[in-house]
Amino acid sequence: MSALDELRGLRRGGAQVRKRDNRAAFWFLAPWFAGLLLVTVGPVLASFGLGFTRYNLIQPPRLIGFDNFARILSDTRLHNALRVTFTYVLVSVPLQLACALGVALLLNRGLRGLAFYRSAFYLPSLLGSSVAIAVLWTQVFGTEGLVNRVLGFFGVEGKGWISDPDTALSTLIVLNVWTFGSPMIIFLAGLRQIPEVYYEAAAIDGAGRWSRFWRITLPLLSPILFFNLVLQIIHAFQSFTQAFVVSGGTGGPSDSTMFYTLYLYQQGFSRFDMGYASALAWFLLLIIAAFTAINFWAAKFWVFYDD
Amino acid sequence: MTTERLSRLAKHAGLVLIGFVMLYPVLWMVVSSLRPGDEIFRSPGLILDSLQTENYTEGWNALTPSFGTYLLNSAILVLGCIVGNLVSCSMAAYAFARLQFTGKRWWFGIMLGTIMLPIHVIIVPQYVLFSNIGWVNTFLPLIVPKILATDAFFVFLMVQFIRGLPRELDEAARIDGCGHPRIFLRIVLPLMKPALAATTIFTFIWTWNDFFSQLIYLTDPEMYTVPVALRSFVDSTVATSWGSQFAMSVVSLLPIFLAFLIGQRYLVQGIATTGGK
Repeated sequence: MSALDELRGLRRGGAQVRKRDNRAAFWFLAPWFAGLLLVTVGPVLASFGLGFTRYNLIQPPRLIGFDNFARILSDTRLHNALRVTFTYVLVSVPLQLACALGVALLLNRGLRGLAFYRSAFYLPSLLGSSVAIAVLWTQVFGTEGLVNRVLGFFGVEGKGWISDPDTALSTLIVLNVWTFGSPMIIFLAGLRQIPEVYYEAAAIDGAGRWSRFWRITLPLLSPILFFNLVLQIIHAFQSFTQAFVVSGGTGGPSDSTMFYTLYLYQQGFSRFDMGYASALAWFLLLIIAAFTAINFWAAKFWVFYDD
Repeated sequence: MTTERLSRLAKHAGLVLIGFVMLYPVLWMVVSSLRPGDEIFRSPGLILDSLQTENYTEGWNALTPSFGTYLLNSAILVLGCIVGNLVSCSMAAYAFARLQFTGKRWWFGIMLGTIMLPIHVIIVPQYVLFSNIGWVNTFLPLIVPKILATDAFFVFLMVQFIRGLPRELDEAARIDGCGHPRIFLRIVLPLMKPALAATTIFTFIWTWNDFFSQLIYLTDPEMYTVPVALRSFVDSTVATSWGSQFAMSVVSLLPIFLAFLIGQRYLVQGIATTGGK
């Protein structure tokens, strides 16, 4: 069903070849091959090379050995960016998936108005990555923003949520949780695959709601949960727009919204330090690959495949 | 009976409440954009006393060129990306779904891997390449990658869809003497309309929203797209007028909302069958 299942299948080996259509395949794939060379895998390899140079786009690149990579180890602003990014990923993704699963469970099983609810909850995940919503967030969590107005009704003293370094990141976490609609739809599709007879059998055996959830729903949904987890983590690592707009491009206040991607952008496209930015890009790739690998490894212990 | 009805009622009440809280800020932004500027800070409610459109005229003309140019630029860019994705991804998908060729499993694995490749990892050398051939401040660095099927998500979506089509149709056509190009154009392509629709709408929304790459490649105000222009507008007015910022934000979200209304069936199907992004 998902891209991840496909990858699992590849490892197991696929069908054997009957007759080859190499020539036709070459022409059908020609644009894709060109893209691979020029736009995706080619640049990944090139950025590895650039990582060993000092390059500002004007003078030709100059080899400087491992300097850029050594700089990664000693760059304290980068270490702060890593801390901010990890916090963001590790807090917002579980919260987002918990909301997605929770609402999907509420929506499951022939609820009236399902299509309407589904659309209403899905809409934010289409809007969430836009500049416009980031502008809205800046107002809503600002000193005189909507949140403080509502708190004022209840007599609670508000504050500038975005201008305070202690809470600025939380507002972005809230924004990411707000976009739970897209994993929710995947959960809904997964829930529909679970055969009703399992629940009927469990009901006959006297299983309550909780044990039905823990013993049937969750195990059978675990491949979908795994899929959502892997993708949303990768996705969250790449967040950029919201932090950029909310902080006016600075990652402030006091670097509290300095996402890794934002730092990379500043190094590469404000300071035009292309060599260091390339090294940072590779480091990001390694981090995401490591997270994904850990996820796949941990999956052995909790993901249940019915096949 | 009654307890069951009660719990169903509670469920609906809960869902409506969650939905209302979630969508409230967006609704409030729309309403506030129609209020006089100084009222925005005072009114957390959704009731309009009078309809003011001055925020829209003010925001529309705040930058030079006006917002119409940015909307047009975004529209051109989106159209190019849609055409690119439809043509190149469907071709690649046909090959992966229907053709047998050397190293197919490897290539397919690489294709799936690129779905998860972050743009930030490739943007620097890509920028170096495109700036050296003079493509900065054109739409080419944003459109050409789509023509080269680099949105692997859509290749995968279409592969899934083609696999679901009955093979008997292509085999019958082959017996009638059709080659692959003709099978693709005459049989597979017309049958995969739902997948093409999903690709069109997703490409529309994602390209319209995409900020990172447009920010990097488009630095000349004449070439600004909506998100880049909106950000530059917000930066230039630093908190002076929420009204006009909200108004232009609403303008920028309207096309997405319309695309969502028209295409939500395909969006939901597309996410559910591929696992989404």
